[in-house]
Amino acid sequence: MLECAPVAGRRLVRALLGSTILLAANASLSTVQAADPIRIAVIAEAQAIAGAAIPQAAQLAADEINAKGGMDGRKIEIVTYDNKSSAADSVRAFQRAASEDKAHAVIASYISEVVLALQPWSARLKLPFITPGAASNEIPLNVHKDYARNKYSFHGYLTSKAQSQAVCDAAKAILVEGRQMKTAVIMSEDAAWTKPLDEGYKECLPKVGLKVLDHIRFSPSTTDFNPIFSRIEGAKPDVIVTGISHVGVQPTVQWRSQQVPIPMIGIASQATNATFWKETNGATEGVLFEMFAAPGTNVTPKTAPFAEAFKAKYGSYPGYAGYTAYDEVYYIADAVKRAGSTDPDKLVEALEKTDWEGTLGRIQFYGKDDEFTHSIKYGPGLVSGMMMQWQDGKQLAIWPQNVANGKITFPSFVKAGTAAN
Amino acid sequence: MTAIQILIDGFAISALYALGATGFTLIFGVSGVLNLSHGALMVTAAVVAWAASSELGLGSYAGAAAGIVVCTALTLATYGVVVRPIDKSRAIPPEEKEIFILTGTLLWGIMIQEFIAYLFTSNAKTVMPIVEGVVTIAGVRTPWNQVFTAVVCWAVIGLLWLLVNRTRTGKVLLAASMNPRGVTLLGFELSQIYVAIWLIYGVLAGIAGVLLGQFLGVSSYSVGPLTASAFSIVVLGGLGSVSGSLIAAYVVGYLETLTAYLVSPAYRTIPALLLLVAVMYVRPQGLLGRR
Repeated sequence: MLECAPVAGRRLVRALLGSTILLAANASLSTVQAADPIRIAVIAEAQAIAGAAIPQAAQLAADEINAKGGMDGRKIEIVTYDNKSSAADSVRAFQRAASEDKAHAVIASYISEVVLALQPWSARLKLPFITPGAASNEIPLNVHKDYARNKYSFHGYLTSKAQSQAVCDAAKAILVEGRQMKTAVIMSEDAAWTKPLDEGYKECLPKVGLKVLDHIRFSPSTTDFNPIFSRIEGAKPDVIVTGISHVGVQPTVQWRSQQVPIPMIGIASQATNATFWKETNGATEGVLFEMFAAPGTNVTPKTAPFAEAFKAKYGSYPGYAGYTAYDEVYYIADAVKRAGSTDPDKLVEALEKTDWEGTLGRIQFYGKDDEFTHSIKYGPGLVSGMMMQWQDGKQLAIWPQNVANGKITFPSFVKAGTAAN
Repeated sequence: MTAIQILIDGFAISALYALGATGFTLIFGVSGVLNLSHGALMVTAAVVAWAASSELGLGSYAGAAAGIVVCTALTLATYGVVVRPIDKSRAIPPEEKEIFILTGTLLWGIMIQEFIAYLFTSNAKTVMPIVEGVVTIAGVRTPWNQVFTAVVCWAVIGLLWLLVNRTRTGKVLLAASMNPRGVTLLGFELSQIYVAIWLIYGVLAGIAGVLLGQFLGVSSYSVGPLTASAFSIVVLGGLGSVSGSLIAAYVVGYLETLTAYLVSPAYRTIPALLLLVAVMYVRPQGLLGRR
């Protein structure tokens, strides 16, 4: 034993020395890593108001995180690309984000067609990617169908199906129970996101007590809506349920100028923009639209402060995709922290375990076994939506009660059913 | 009821198409220029009118005036910056000038479109209407704005007719369209005549753009479709023929409205395009073509 002692002692010294060197190397490695920023690429339509809010909100979130010293000492770097609403430009930007700019995650587009074009690239390049606003059911369905391949894409917004349910839930409370309405006509633009939306409407509207009398789909290039409103009036519904996003100004203005006596409720993405009142010269007065976060509402304690900070920095309130993009930067950074790495597979794993209170509500993703894999969960206590109405130049939340900051009212030309008691 | 609605709606839309295409065909008739930045000029008028009336809060009249003035200035700039230099260029062979002007005005239009999208975003805008409310015509609830649009369009077309046929300036313009060389021999400066015709064209495009912005709304995406629609109407009516364009505007307007009401709004433009193709085969000179 004694003889062995010096050998053991030398071994011990060597081992200690070795581990010290290794530790030192590790420490210097982690110092390098700490300085290495978390790069998030943002691909959006800078010329559209809804699109412009995406990089702006993402930058705001990054600035806030960086001001507090970054995420685990790593700064957040936002790299933006304007895709001019084109799928081809988006794909090029995505490739560049992966190869040249070495992005660790991508936030891209509110247009379903664009997001569906990017999804295969996210799979090929193994680059985690989240949409802040596209709605097509196909995005999460593709993840569900081929998880191993498509697991890198996340749906940071609600599916069309969840949105149709949100509209139905609100319509039940404020129109069926609140105003004794019984019939509806669906009016939607012809786009990828409205196919499942319309299916959802047709399924849930009758369940909440609104019989669907007609279903009109129109081309997004439509400029004259008189024939559409004329057909709707012919069906004599109590309410028009909308699915509009690429269009918005024209149908709203013609609804007003023609004094169509039927209220409109539903998804109207352009109406979520703070500038919509001016764009329509106030014709949007009385229009009801679904939104998941809005200025002046307390969806979560983060909602109103974000909206105000955005306005202070950029001059106007964000469109709907601004809220999601802002949340996304935060929970991507949070996922990097939990994963302890920006390795795509580890990041995906961490993102799947997201439980983040954002401006939209509590954000969690549906899992591998759910139909809508990697889409944010809809429901009470999570992201549940609210019905807003434009009144006198302001967007007011009128439902549900716990976030409401206004009461429903319609312009005089609208027949608004019979108020319950 | 639907029949009356189609009559009223179609009449207003067609009047707007007619006014939009009149200036386009007029400059082709007089100076042989097909201006592919036409849609961009109309959209500029509407967006400036919107910005002045709604953004700056100047009200609907001042907004409309601003839209027309800016559009006219931009139309003159189109002539001065794009058309005239190509026309005068010695580097371009005379037989290729037409194609250079087509390309030049097309690119100019795209530049304006991008600039509008940059300044005002690509979201649609509607110009603050001069008249509001509705009137019931034969049982059909019609916006006053629609009636106003049709009346103004026809009043402007009427004034143009008077100018061309009843004034000395008009007669010179008419003569220039028939025989430019002859007019110069009579002592008139052809370049001044061209400036005058582009000025008139600018005012017409400005009024049409502002009315369109009030009635249907526009965005930077409207640039292409508006140029295409003016082009189709002018080809259908017969290149350079103002009365042909007026008739063609009504044919296209009513065909679109009938399709929208009786078939589906989604297929609105298809029959008019098919008709255009048919006319190009059967009667390439258009309905009232001059050549």
